Amino acid sequence: MRYLVRRVGFLLVSLWAALTVNFLIPRLMPGNPAEAMMAKFHGHVNPSALKALEVAFGVNTHESLAAAYVAYIGNTLHGNLGISTSYFPLPVRTVILRALPWSLGLVGVATVLGFVIGTAIGAIVAWRRGGVLDAVVPPTFIVISAFPYFWVGLLFIWLFALTLNWFPLLGGYSETASPALTWGFVGDIAMHAVLPAFTILITSIGGWILTMRNNMITVIAEDYVKMARAKGLKERRILWHYAGRNALLPNLTGFAMSLGFVISGAILVEYVFNYPGVGFMLLQAVQSEDYPLMQSLFLLITMAVLVAIFLSDIATAILDPRTRSST
Amino acid sequence: MSAVRSLGRALRGAGRFLRRDKKALVGSIILFVLLLIAIFPNWFTPDNPAAEIYTPGAGLSWAHPLGTTSFGQDVFSQLMAGTRQSVFIALIVGLLSTVLSVVIGITAAYSGGILDDVLSLFTDVVLVIPTFPLIIVITSYVKSASFWLMVAVLVFTGWSYGARQLRAQALSLRNRDYLLAAKARGESTWYIVAVELIPPMTSLIVANFLGAALYAILAASGLQFVGLGNINTQSWGTMLYWAQNNEALATGLPLWALAPGVAIAVLGSAFALLNYAFDEVANPALRPVAGLARRRRRWRPGAGAGVAATQVARPEVNA
Repeated sequence: MRYLVRRVGFLLVSLWAALTVNFLIPRLMPGNPAEAMMAKFHGHVNPSALKALEVAFGVNTHESLAAAYVAYIGNTLHGNLGISTSYFPLPVRTVILRALPWSLGLVGVATVLGFVIGTAIGAIVAWRRGGVLDAVVPPTFIVISAFPYFWVGLLFIWLFALTLNWFPLLGGYSETASPALTWGFVGDIAMHAVLPAFTILITSIGGWILTMRNNMITVIAEDYVKMARAKGLKERRILWHYAGRNALLPNLTGFAMSLGFVISGAILVEYVFNYPGVGFMLLQAVQSEDYPLMQSLFLLITMAVLVAIFLSDIATAILDPRTRSST
Repeated sequence: MSAVRSLGRALRGAGRFLRRDKKALVGSIILFVLLLIAIFPNWFTPDNPAAEIYTPGAGLSWAHPLGTTSFGQDVFSQLMAGTRQSVFIALIVGLLSTVLSVVIGITAAYSGGILDDVLSLFTDVVLVIPTFPLIIVITSYVKSASFWLMVAVLVFTGWSYGARQLRAQALSLRNRDYLLAAKARGESTWYIVAVELIPPMTSLIVANFLGAALYAILAASGLQFVGLGNINTQSWGTMLYWAQNNEALATGLPLWALAPGVAIAVLGSAFALLNYAFDEVANPALRPVAGLARRRRRWRPGAGAGVAATQVARPEVNA
């Protein structure tokens, strides 16, 4: 219980920190470029919307920093994120909601698949320690994990889309396809997702393999694994039910801590593939100087990561009785 | 005199380490070659990398081992000239964020109490906020980030993982007998931290430097790739930016886009391989076990690990 309270507390503190950083960055930067953006807005939006933008970016402020901060927190908590300049006059919230499902589908599936497959491979590699697999797999993935995500994406585009023509080049779906819930359209989306998903998978999987392998090596040396073997249990049962289960716990914590890195890489993968998710939208917002959209996307991505970390903490608590009983 | 002797001992130790560990050897050789190119790019290319003086879009030839760009610049020259900024940013960010990690991690562990709580919470918060979106937002306000601004942003976002690890190790050392003995002798805190506490943590500190350097080269080239660095300087990331913006892949100049990526991957691999090797120094249980494949037939998994793991204090799963 105490563990749960602490994790909820940490979630709230980190959310508050993200909100505050988001508030301070435009104000700390020299020569606030948001002012130029505001000038474009005058006379185009209603006064209350303009006021909210001024509060968010610290322009024309006659009010104190503290008052602006309170107003900003209130606006954000109500989901009042302002108006996008590049998709004018759509509110930021509407624009983001269009991109969100694409990222959740692509990055979510690729990340979870990467974690599950990587953890399984890591367990098997550690189990066959000193064998051929153990000699080949870890060094290979040490090298692969040092590749820039976006460059692997470029390589795949060149190889599989431009040279071999196996997969479509860019985007989330064909422009000729009519968006409808038909098998044809779903298949089209799937074909477009293969290369970016595989890019994220192959560059993130190494981390899970290596941490799981290291955890397993520690766990395999435990007495209860020897005991299981002495009882004559089947290899497979010892591997997954005795050693694997316990080695998984630190890997879950590792998952939480490296999630931010995976999401960061996924932003560039979306950019390379022009995939219509939040990462691509973030970089487009940067290029078109759409500051309200950019700041809101930063907040959204950060919140998604923080909530995912929280969920993996809860999963750890459910799986590991020690975290529940310890102080 | 004793300083000379301990330096000799350290060098001999490093030599033994490199002979024994192939991953470390490969990583060191790559790093050495790249450092040489970074310091003396003119030894490797006589050309001006920015000069647009050749046939645009030329293929491979002896004159242009990697072809030319669509502006008529030599790709190989650009690659050599770009080495300096890319290698230096990795090393400088690695060094500075390691210093920050050591200071914050050890201060937290050694002082304990409320200061530890505050520093640990701060470390964890910085750790979980995804760094790349944050860097994008910060640099987007500056338009083209200078070298030192990029260093500052990467250091600020890159120290937390190391601080967390170093704090954990310093905590496990804090109440060892030899530290208590130093305290009982009346040694000053500075002496205890510098002479008694930090030396046993060297391999973890080095591993952290390598991890931070790897993070720096990947994040910096990602930023430069999307045009948030200074696009008028020479680096591997800006090469990728120009290649991407001129559709190098689609216009039949794949080497322009692929070569700088290979260079980043090679530098990154050097850091990652060395990092892994130092991990094995810090944690003997992970060391490769010689002749295990033969023995394993009799006594299957984990053989060898059972022996080695007893030598290290196994980390407890912390809440």
